[in-house]
Amino acid sequence: MVAAVLVLVSLALITVYFRESDEGALHGAQRIGLSVAMPFEVAGERVARPFRDSWGWASDLIGAKDENDKLRKEVEELRQRLVQQQTAVSENERLRALLKFVDGPTFPSGFDGVATRVVGRPPSAYNQEVLIAAGSSSGVQRNDPVVTKDGLVGLVTDVTSNGAKVTLLTDQSSAVSAVVLESGAAGIVRHGPSDSSALILDRVSKDELVTEGDLVITAGWRSGNLESLYPRGIPVGTVKSVGQQDVDLYKRIQVTPLVNFDSLAEVIVLVPRNR
Amino acid sequence: MTADAIKAAALMVVAALVQVSLASTIEVAEGHPDVVLVLVIGIALLRGPLFGAVVGFWAGLVLDVVSLETLGLTSLLLTLAGYFAGRLGDVTTKHSAHPSLVAVGLGTIGFAFGSALLHFMLGSTIAASEFFVGVLLPSVALNLLLAYPLYGLCRRIFQPEPRERREVSPAV
Repeated sequence: MVAAVLVLVSLALITVYFRESDEGALHGAQRIGLSVAMPFEVAGERVARPFRDSWGWASDLIGAKDENDKLRKEVEELRQRLVQQQTAVSENERLRALLKFVDGPTFPSGFDGVATRVVGRPPSAYNQEVLIAAGSSSGVQRNDPVVTKDGLVGLVTDVTSNGAKVTLLTDQSSAVSAVVLESGAAGIVRHGPSDSSALILDRVSKDELVTEGDLVITAGWRSGNLESLYPRGIPVGTVKSVGQQDVDLYKRIQVTPLVNFDSLAEVIVLVPRNR
Repeated sequence: MTADAIKAAALMVVAALVQVSLASTIEVAEGHPDVVLVLVIGIALLRGPLFGAVVGFWAGLVLDVVSLETLGLTSLLLTLAGYFAGRLGDVTTKHSAHPSLVAVGLGTIGFAFGSALLHFMLGSTIAASEFFVGVLLPSVALNLLLAYPLYGLCRRIFQPEPRERREVSPAV
């Protein structure tokens, strides 16, 4: 009897939670609960960090040699590219000055970074989310983009006074408008259909040129008063494979994210300066 | 009983914090060890279905709050896990360490299927191959590894209730 009542209460909670707005009573109570628990979560994260690092170290050790060889080759390539790009950047700045070019908000200028620690991860395999230790008291608000030094992580989807929930780019509900840096092909990066850590670049026309290894960055569009939640220029990933079939409307592009979502420890929340 | 309830409530708060800050970051394929589930099952085996269901409900509520997840979702699954583990404890024995493996194995499978079903109903899907190979198998393996030590911890905190004295007819 008691178990049946508890099951009914749980079902009622799920129903009310889904039906009410984000400012509803249950959401509010949950935020207060998290605010109370957050100091303990931060303390727990500090205690757990050595164990987590050990696990990460052991996991990374597998395949470290192969990765080392690959990275050495990549460093050589990147050195050559750096020289070319430094020349291009200086030329770009000079030409922009000549044209008096007016630009929208771009990354990283126009944003203040709130560096914070990842303190928790919900135990479900279905929701790709993390909890961070910065909240509204640090200036973080809903829909603020979150990055690491490697690239885009996701978006703040819930905020308490001293914590926030970040929905990762690999979550089924996430999508970001993006462009391929090399060709300018535009599309939408979202969760892949099979592997939860894989991304796809969808809605890229079949006549666009995209090749393996191309860099995908956020598009940061603006249309009237509406603009993308993500500023232009945040690296998202590299093109892993490109395919297309006659029956498809768009190219099939798989993207390898630049961020390792399994070992997120610190992130930066981008807070717009003009807010 | 009151002392047991207080101990269980405190243990579940600590377990939820450990789950969110440590256990959920230990990932094998897509599976994680589930400290809270194993503890709920352990307590239910020792204290029966009613106590197991209440502890499961409380644990799920705490877990949903500290991870900002849909309120009630984990409560529902852990209430059922606690109840059925308690029933299993009643029909097997509360004094052996072995039922924990069976209960944890069955509980993890039931929890995974229940979770998949609820998330499917709420709009989150997962490929079948990813569910079986990526989530279910690693989760069962990791939870079975946790079963003995955590059941031992439960037995230390919640002493098994004294065995009922049986009437034995004298041998003729």
